[in-house]
Amino acid sequence: MSKRIELQDVDIYYGKFHAVRQVNMTIQPRAVTAFIGSSGCGKSTVLRSLNRMHEVIEGAYVTGQVLLDGVDLYARDVDPVRVRRQVGMVFQRPNPFPTMSIRDNVLAGVRLNNARVSRKESDELVEKSLRGANLWNEVKDRLDRPGSGLSGGQQQRLCIARAIAVSPDVILMDEPCSALDPISTLAIEELIHELKEEYTVVIVTHNMQQAARVSDQTAFFNLKAQGQPGELIEFGDTEKIFHNPEEKATEDYITGRFG
Amino acid sequence: MSTTTRSRESKLSLTAGQLPRFTWLALLVLAYAVTAGVLAVGSVMSLGAVVVIGSLLFLVAIFALSSAVEGRRKAVDRLFRYVFVGFFLLALAPLVSLVWQVVSKGMERFDLQYFTYSMRNVIGEGGGASHAIAGTLIVTGIATLISVPIGLLTAIFLQEYGGQGRLASSIRFFVDVMTGIPSIVAGLFAYTIFSALFGAGTRNGFSGAIALCILMIPTVVRSTEEMLRLVPNELREASYALGVPKFRTILKVVLPTSIAGIITGAVLAVARIIGETAPLLVTAGLNPSLNTNPFDTQMSTLPVFVYYQYVTPGIPQEPFYDRAWAGALTLILIVMGLNLFGRLLAWRFAPKPGR
Repeated sequence: MSKRIELQDVDIYYGKFHAVRQVNMTIQPRAVTAFIGSSGCGKSTVLRSLNRMHEVIEGAYVTGQVLLDGVDLYARDVDPVRVRRQVGMVFQRPNPFPTMSIRDNVLAGVRLNNARVSRKESDELVEKSLRGANLWNEVKDRLDRPGSGLSGGQQQRLCIARAIAVSPDVILMDEPCSALDPISTLAIEELIHELKEEYTVVIVTHNMQQAARVSDQTAFFNLKAQGQPGELIEFGDTEKIFHNPEEKATEDYITGRFG
Repeated sequence: MSTTTRSRESKLSLTAGQLPRFTWLALLVLAYAVTAGVLAVGSVMSLGAVVVIGSLLFLVAIFALSSAVEGRRKAVDRLFRYVFVGFFLLALAPLVSLVWQVVSKGMERFDLQYFTYSMRNVIGEGGGASHAIAGTLIVTGIATLISVPIGLLTAIFLQEYGGQGRLASSIRFFVDVMTGIPSIVAGLFAYTIFSALFGAGTRNGFSGAIALCILMIPTVVRSTEEMLRLVPNELREASYALGVPKFRTILKVVLPTSIAGIITGAVLAVARIIGETAPLLVTAGLNPSLNTNPFDTQMSTLPVFVYYQYVTPGIPQEPFYDRAWAGALTLILIVMGLNLFGRLLAWRFAPKPGR
């Protein structure tokens, strides 16, 4: 299941704009890696480059290599659609499909790819995914109601269920809790803890306590100066980043002296 | 000293004078009555003059009264509210009078015979518009069947694939130009094409449908594109992130989310072309008999039927005028029915909120 991701000399551009410079890091399997840093420093951009969502935006491209268990995601013959089936993503704002029921939302990844699944298989998949997202008990009696009728936190867990239903190897989360209240945030954080048993999890967050709570490793991104591309300043065990960082900038950011 | 205390008091006070609830109504009636009285004395009484002068009088009176009792801010508020309501009623007047005219005059011949008879061998009274109704439905139906797929696919290309590229920009530009084409030009275009391809003077229902397509496609493209633009990008990204290919994302996520608006747009486009007269005059033409073959000879349509009944009445004229009004009423009813049908479909397909 879970896979290792290596970034080698990754540079990311939006058209002429150089967004992120020279990222080199290794994301461990069966662990949670957190990306922290001030707004606009390229955390989300790097995250989106890990499942080729980056290039959905017109004019955006990536140079360098992103290796998923040794396979370069940006090699010529790689199909981005296949990459995304292995590397799932959860977004900042919960975005269940408004035309679909809770059940159909969970099955969306399977159904939209035209896989034929029997009623029994799909029932099992729905239950397994919703249980995996800690949502089963709350929605098991109303699987046929629209997904947009759930609360924000439930919608976000529904999106996580939808992501794990296609059984990916990696789950990317782009500030998954920033639109949620503390209780829903707690529910998602607990879920992230469970998810790392099976998946490689990468999470972008603005909340430093959250990074400290959920992650095993932390990457700190920053801009050298306004208008300069973002860079990976420091990457290591969360324990070390938060208690004994090597870089002055990391320490300043974590102690709240800027950003 | 005393003035400062008073201004402080009035600032602190939360209460203010208020006019009784139906003062405006009483004042309005009074204003009309006074105006009517004065005009009657001068014997220049007319309904229009009473309404216009009376309304102005009412505005002045309510503003003065409200200023005195409620204060300036509320007086201005009232003044503007009544001015807006007045203009709304003004805008409504032609519509109401049109509906009234069409219904009252159209009901004269709104009978069974009208919907079962054509104009074959009818020179005076009697006859009906069954042939024209059938013609309108056939011509508009064909135009819709051609225009909606073309318009829909064009809009999908523009919004989902074209982006801001040169091809998409030029298509957008030409669609905008097409929106402005006068309908008679569309008719002459279709007429010329059919004359060139199938011999001079070829006029049939299908050529009429082609003329209508030229008018309909740009409206469908524009409305569909707007609806697709309203679909949040997040939904597309959510779908991509599940490893769903682009075309299936469009088919299964983008279109279902926007289908209600797309249907409404298509129905509005149909409503726009169903009443077109000029292009059908030169293409589909006129035929007193029922003709259901769009590829053979001329075919009457409701607007053209109405037009000819009105401009070339026989003797006596009355039956011709009555048939024209009944035709107009039928046309309005068809458009209304289409609108209701469109709303029903839109309601049926719209994403439903709800817990």
